[in-house]
Amino acid sequence: MKSSRFTGIIFISIVGLGLCILLSLTLGARVIPLNETIEAIFSNQRTTVNQVVVFERIPRTIFGMIAGMALGVSGALMQAITRNPIADPSILGVNTGASLAVVIGIAFFSIGSLNAFIWFAIGGAAVTALAVYTIGSIGPGGPTPIKLALAGAATSAALSSLVSAIMLPRTEVMNLFRFWQVGSISGATWEGISTVLPFLIIGLGVSFALAPALDILALGEELASGLGVKTNTIRVIGATGGVLLTGATTAIAGPIGFVGLMVPHIVRLAVGSSLKRVLPLSAIGGATLLLGADVIGRVLGRPSELEAGIITAFIGAPILIMIARKAKVKML
Amino acid sequence: MSISARIDIRKGISGRKRRWITATLILTLLISILSIVILMVGNTIYPIKTVVAVLSGETVKGATFAIGTLRLPRLLSGLMVGMAFGFAGSTFQTILRNPLASPDIIGVSAGSSVAAIFCILVLNLSGLVVSFVSVIFGLLVSATIYRLSQGGQFSGGRLILIGIGVQAMLNSVISYMLLKANQYDVPGAMRWLSGSLNTMSMNDIPRLATVVVVFGSITILLGKLLQMLELGEQSAISLGVRTDLTRILLIGSAVVLTAFATAVSGPIAFVAFLSGPIAKRIVGSGKSHALPSALVGALLVLVADFIGQFALGIKLPVGVITGILGAPYLILLLIRMNRTGGAA
Repeated sequence: MKSSRFTGIIFISIVGLGLCILLSLTLGARVIPLNETIEAIFSNQRTTVNQVVVFERIPRTIFGMIAGMALGVSGALMQAITRNPIADPSILGVNTGASLAVVIGIAFFSIGSLNAFIWFAIGGAAVTALAVYTIGSIGPGGPTPIKLALAGAATSAALSSLVSAIMLPRTEVMNLFRFWQVGSISGATWEGISTVLPFLIIGLGVSFALAPALDILALGEELASGLGVKTNTIRVIGATGGVLLTGATTAIAGPIGFVGLMVPHIVRLAVGSSLKRVLPLSAIGGATLLLGADVIGRVLGRPSELEAGIITAFIGAPILIMIARKAKVKML
Repeated sequence: MSISARIDIRKGISGRKRRWITATLILTLLISILSIVILMVGNTIYPIKTVVAVLSGETVKGATFAIGTLRLPRLLSGLMVGMAFGFAGSTFQTILRNPLASPDIIGVSAGSSVAAIFCILVLNLSGLVVSFVSVIFGLLVSATIYRLSQGGQFSGGRLILIGIGVQAMLNSVISYMLLKANQYDVPGAMRWLSGSLNTMSMNDIPRLATVVVVFGSITILLGKLLQMLELGEQSAISLGVRTDLTRILLIGSAVVLTAFATAVSGPIAFVAFLSGPIAKRIVGSGKSHALPSALVGALLVLVADFIGQFALGIKLPVGVITGILGAPYLILLLIRMNRTGGAA
């Protein structure tokens, strides 16, 4: 592909993201005209109701952007590492693992701070990802989509009964947890953003640094090691990066599924499979998708809102179904 | 074929039959013993004599209420629900040729759960209407999954993957309803969602029993056909079995069983999934394991409910216990299956 076309696509997607940012600032229970929104931001005044609302929406928008980036990139990364088109935190049960860890934290270690949430979520996500991948890749053929998906679904069913076992006798945990169980970016605060940001920056940095090596890995295990790539080291580092991204996002937003599944697929249709191109575009695409889903949820659910995680599941599950329908029987 | 070889084959067949009968009898015996224990044990322990007296219609002070109103409905519904899940699970697993393809993993239970939760939380309905709506919705969801997985050659793998996708959507709807529900309704809904026999009354029993008997018999009667299906698509066609029709009938009754049981008790985790493989283990291959699976299902539910009520300091719903008991077995099965390449 010519790099001019790639630049064009990047440009278009940045414009799309910009549009979603503006929509996210203007739309909601209260619609604020575009010119007022822009004026409010540039004048930095918080006197009228509209201006206050605009400033209320800024952290949510920023968080949606970085969370979407993280999810999009971690999806692309996981799919590259597992060489599996359906690798996504929600399908692999990683979200449930993070949930279980957080519930354990709330119930037994009475954690309440964001930082503790993040560490528990990352720990849970990491352990689950490792377990599911190990189970799914035992046997001939390695980690095929169907084996991984079943391992993920089964593990997640098992973990959710543990979640119930811990939660049912404790009403207060149940109330805290149900707000966290549906993925949403509405609870974003500046504090939350600044807490996850370091994790996300490290995760994104690792992913982009690994892109060239992963591209070589895509040529095949033997060829890659022949070319001097330490395949296992690359996999482990890459998976750590992916888990950091997912875990940190999940800790604040709850489980948001399918962003990591859809975005890389669409991106690959546009620019091919080189990770050097897929990763940056997945970042922009993920941000656009999550913000878009959030805006749609706010518009559809007025005067309240539909959580972004529900919207992404409704857009994403059909795409998973499409992939499954298109795939050859052998591939499954 | 020589005569001695023929005798050997016949011996093999009758041996398998004997094993099947023995296994079924032992399972029935275990269930009966457990049932009596369940009726005897509770906050107050009654002797067998009192249990028999209450069951034969005599009024015994205290015991009539404890046994007749509390323990008996719980026991019977646990029995029925377990059998329903067992039947349904073994059907799905046999047809999709994958032990992991049970209704609770590929989205059928989630379909019924959505409908039931909607009825309970939003419409404040209960009883027969809930069952009816969740059966319809369960059928709809399964039909959708089945339709979507067609096109080209039928592939169990594709169906499972699509089922998982559909389930993800349905689960997000469930979480949403829980989120928007009144705070006081949430514990009840959560308890139902994890599968519980707490709210059973004698009124639920007759229709549950009817469904289990009718659709259970359909499942058993088609068991022979099912066995031929197990030989594989191509050979079944040449044996003269109409594969598509059989498949649809069997899946249909499995869905009705799942949906009905789910509407009554909530989705009790892993019972559908565990019963088939355990029954197959006990009975051995070669014979239909629909009935043994149903018995294993009933046994699982009763044991788990007993543990959940009395063995731990706190009372936990039966689904939580089956979930915790089932998880290690599930992981083991996954590993074993993957090692032999069964899932791919």
